[in-house]
Amino acid sequence: MNAPHSPALADDPDQPRPQSLSDLFFSFTWLALQGFGGVLAVIQREMVERKRWLTQEQFLEDWAVAQIMPGPNVVNLSLMVGGRYFGLPGALSAMAGMLAVPLLIVLLLGVLYTRFGTDPQLAGALRGMAAVSAGMIAATGIKLAAALARHPLPLWLGLSLVALGVLAVAVLRLPLVYVLLVLGGLGCTLTYRKLSP
Amino acid sequence: MSPPLQLVLSTSDWLSLFGHYLMLSLMSVGGAISTTAEMHRFLVEQHGWLTQAQFNESIAIAQAAPGPNVLFVALMGWNVGMNAGSTAAACLGVLVTMLGIMLPSTTLTYMAASWGHRNRHLRGVRAFKQGMAPIVVALLISTGLILGGANHNLATDWPIWSLSVAAGLIIWRTKIHLLWLLAAGAVLGWFQLI
Repeated sequence: MNAPHSPALADDPDQPRPQSLSDLFFSFTWLALQGFGGVLAVIQREMVERKRWLTQEQFLEDWAVAQIMPGPNVVNLSLMVGGRYFGLPGALSAMAGMLAVPLLIVLLLGVLYTRFGTDPQLAGALRGMAAVSAGMIAATGIKLAAALARHPLPLWLGLSLVALGVLAVAVLRLPLVYVLLVLGGLGCTLTYRKLSP
Repeated sequence: MSPPLQLVLSTSDWLSLFGHYLMLSLMSVGGAISTTAEMHRFLVEQHGWLTQAQFNESIAIAQAAPGPNVLFVALMGWNVGMNAGSTAAACLGVLVTMLGIMLPSTTLTYMAASWGHRNRHLRGVRAFKQGMAPIVVALLISTGLILGGANHNLATDWPIWSLSVAAGLIIWRTKIHLLWLLAAGAVLGWFQLI
């Protein structure tokens, strides 16, 4: 049971995978260090497009679990990716990679902030990076929507659920828990009926 | 810097801080940031372990820094420790708050993910994971819209909106490295062009 997840690899033996625990640690460290204003946009780019440890579909499935469980989504996802290949040691390596170096940087910035925090140029630079990262996150969602074409549900139905979700969360600002229960429940029920037993 | 508060924290205070973050961890569906209101009530209002300014700065710095946003929790722990008078206490604060916020949620997620993976051929498990896909896409797009729409005034904020939209289009259509776009955003902001 030291690698309870390894059968996943049987799905596609050609899919790239992390080589070792230190590969996991450093991959997630590098990934986290690119994540200004959050790691969300970076994690899809690195996991799916660059390293190809996950397909679009696997990413969406894992992200659903990472999102539903308590805790930071990106840390949950790193835990799941590490655990899938190397069991508990893999999960811990990936999580440590995600947190250790960024933690030191954040503390250093916290100490420096009292000296330089009011500098308007620095504030401007942070504002610019935040704007780019907002665009990056939305683009990540749009890119992943392409995976809905290969979804058990018809494309029009999947895209309608996406539109309803955006309306509920971004426009009406409904609490996340209701959106997950109602729209998520609807998506799961409809998918359940489409899947062969 | 000299701390704005001078605290004396007993062992039971540290345990209470730890216990509170353990509890917050279990409630942090959608990320630790969704429990900030409760952290504020506990740290600033109830105990007075952090000032309002320290609380806000902890969140702002972690948002701007590379890495997961959950690290704002570490900064709060650090500041509580600094208020208690020493760097050693600050390190203890980081340890207590980060262990507290991570331990329960990661244990649960690991167990749930392992279970789901072992049973991934069950119809119910497949239906859950695939059925959530449209909602996951919707949440990502919404997060981008909410973050990008934080600046409300169309007349004055159109340059920053344009930057977000341009960044989104470039990411969508090209394979350019994300760091180049972040650097471009930083340069534009540094020279006050947005």
